[in-house]
Amino acid sequence: MSKSPEAVAASHPHAHGHHEDGFLRKYVFSIDHKVIGVQYALTSLCFLFFGFTLMMLMRWQLAYPGSPIPLIGALLGESAAPGGIMAPEFYNSLGAMHGTIMVFLGVVPLAVGAFGNFVVPLQIGAPDMAFPKLNMASYWCFLPGGLVMLASFFVPGGAANSGWTSYAPLSNIATTGQTLWLFGMVLLITSSLLGSVNFIVTIIQLRARGLTYMRFPFFVWAQLVTSFLLLLAFPPLEAAGVLQLMDRLAGTSFFLPTGLVVSGVPVDASGGGSPLLWQHLFWFLAHPEVYVLILPAMGIVAEIIANNTRKPLWGYKSLVYSVIFLGFMSFIVWAHHMFMTGMGTTISNFFQTTTMIISIPSVVILSALFLSLWGGSIRYTTPMLFALGFLPMFGIGGLTGLPLGLAASDIHLHDTYYVIGHFHYVVAPGTILALFAGIYYWFPKVTGRKMNETLGKIHFWGTIVCMNIVFMPMFIQGLAGVSRRLYDGGQQYAHAQGVLEWNVVMSMGAWTLALAQIPFFINFFRSIRKGEKVKDGNTWEATTLEWTAAPSPPVAHGNFPVEPVVYRGPYEYSAPGFAQGYAPQNAPEKA
Amino acid sequence: MQIPYTVDVRPDTGLYNAKLGIWLFLASEVMLFGALFSTYILLRVAAPVWPHGSDILNVPLATVNTMVLITSSVTMVMTWVALKLKQFGRARMWLTLTFLCGVGFMVIKSIEYSAKFSHHLYPSTNTFMAIYFTLTGLHGLHVLGGMLVMAYFLGPGARMWNTEPERYTNRIEVLGLYWHFVDLVWIFLFPVLYLL
Repeated sequence: MSKSPEAVAASHPHAHGHHEDGFLRKYVFSIDHKVIGVQYALTSLCFLFFGFTLMMLMRWQLAYPGSPIPLIGALLGESAAPGGIMAPEFYNSLGAMHGTIMVFLGVVPLAVGAFGNFVVPLQIGAPDMAFPKLNMASYWCFLPGGLVMLASFFVPGGAANSGWTSYAPLSNIATTGQTLWLFGMVLLITSSLLGSVNFIVTIIQLRARGLTYMRFPFFVWAQLVTSFLLLLAFPPLEAAGVLQLMDRLAGTSFFLPTGLVVSGVPVDASGGGSPLLWQHLFWFLAHPEVYVLILPAMGIVAEIIANNTRKPLWGYKSLVYSVIFLGFMSFIVWAHHMFMTGMGTTISNFFQTTTMIISIPSVVILSALFLSLWGGSIRYTTPMLFALGFLPMFGIGGLTGLPLGLAASDIHLHDTYYVIGHFHYVVAPGTILALFAGIYYWFPKVTGRKMNETLGKIHFWGTIVCMNIVFMPMFIQGLAGVSRRLYDGGQQYAHAQGVLEWNVVMSMGAWTLALAQIPFFINFFRSIRKGEKVKDGNTWEATTLEWTAAPSPPVAHGNFPVEPVVYRGPYEYSAPGFAQGYAPQNAPEKA
Repeated sequence: MQIPYTVDVRPDTGLYNAKLGIWLFLASEVMLFGALFSTYILLRVAAPVWPHGSDILNVPLATVNTMVLITSSVTMVMTWVALKLKQFGRARMWLTLTFLCGVGFMVIKSIEYSAKFSHHLYPSTNTFMAIYFTLTGLHGLHVLGGMLVMAYFLGPGARMWNTEPERYTNRIEVLGLYWHFVDLVWIFLFPVLYLL
């Protein structure tokens, strides 16, 4: 493409885009990355809320085991909640589906599908994704995958109930819901495969003239590494899914050991399989998946911190090298989830060493983001509050992971609430705060209107306080040895008695957290129509292309009125000689 | 703005979009089959006894099938060469031949499968048969997928030759890369399952 900007402007497809697109093409089967991004955002927000609802139900059972669920208990049906009291099988389904929905249908589609789709092409100055139809196909694999997961609640035996990790051989002999879980996962994996190929090609091939790799906004780097993780880590889980489907449908024994006896009856299978094989294949995906959850969040936070401290990110190059190294290392740490499986101390040693090594780039990234604050004159906007909230929360999540990465201390903490506390600090007050930050930050880009700051601040303080009330006591319970998958929250164990009262506190926290989301919903829907209008498009006075070269909202097909050309790095705030005090990436020389 | 580099190569990467895309896709396919081959190794190492492939499976038929697939890779390259020389008629002939090789492979494979079934050898019989059916079945699905794409480029997809010949040629090249990969997977499957 060597058209001059004038020629591009002349062939500006704005007009025909509006004429030819019917309702279906424009909003349902759209091939415009912006619409697909919004589709992903709305769908994944619904799934996030649904996954959270499942957890609120579980928290009732944990706080008040054996008492009927008020108001909605009767609506759940006799098999799920006889007499309004939650059945153990239903509790297991809720646990498995909460994890699955939050990870695969909530956070990842929001972080990658929504923010990646909407923001990345704009930040690199591309007219769209490299393969718009694949992009559409990606969403239309994701949605059926999600619907299959939802449908599984209505089959006999309920939804999958073997934990989100679906450990074999339990999952092999589980009810029909598990088969639907596997079909759903195959669809979701296909969706993420299509998406990740598309992202990598887009970033490498479609970046604007002058946008060299070291001029990428950090968010683009985070998405690039994330895409490689999705591309290379998901296929082994697909293989595992195929093997488990064969086990369940064709009667093979990939994960069934010889001589397996269930409830006193020998299982009718040839045997010879390995339950450990499932764990290896699963964690080969699921550990990189952790970084899929966190890297886009770090990218969002980096953008917002640079923008609101009004100075360049501290150590941009260290951030980039760290994120690449992190992505690479994330492929060789998976078995630290398996110290208790008896795989042997030699293997444990290898994996605890790599786990300690991978903590180094994480610390570099977090430190660089903290140091970026130093000496800045910080604007405490709502997105900035959420980004600042992310830093200590992710810090707690990361540091509490160290004892779990060392085999000796993991033996005590394995499968306790400590583990739940640890990864929820990474994902919930960590990633989800960053995702909220991203929503407040890019909302004006999508709609042309800002969200309300007051409601945003109420939302922030409510969310961060409640999240800590929910997750901090989990460390206390976990250190006391309370196991994570107990239907009654530990009532029948002597060692849990001293910490049981925290269950009520955590449950109250979870329900209050739901109330704290009300300002967000009001703000979100009200601002679409009534929010303060963005005047010149660049409402946050940012330097990156999505704000400086495209209107808000961007042009329907093609994003940019004029093809952007990049002249400098992403965060040249406080640039001397520029009238407005910062240097947009696409400003030719000192204006 | 149109999406750039759908036909021409980007100067600094030397690739057009679809070519980079297919290489990335193949990388993920390597991980998929890599996981399955690892499964094979793990199950075999852990098994007290493991049958010798040639005692159960039909080596002559599989050898013929290997030849068929290798031939199809050659005809696939000839398709692309003919398109580069602007000989559309020839390219069509070579692509049809490639398609027929695919058909031949699937026919021979189904003869093998039905022979196994008639001897009451099913995926549930033992771990060896399980991994045999899973690996060859998944590979067969890949062959079938490639044939569907070929059928499209022989049928409705061929119209693109009249409007955008270079883009059509690129598409055949991308299809070829995929086809060679499917071929290569078989080159690994054959010794692992039949000979070792």
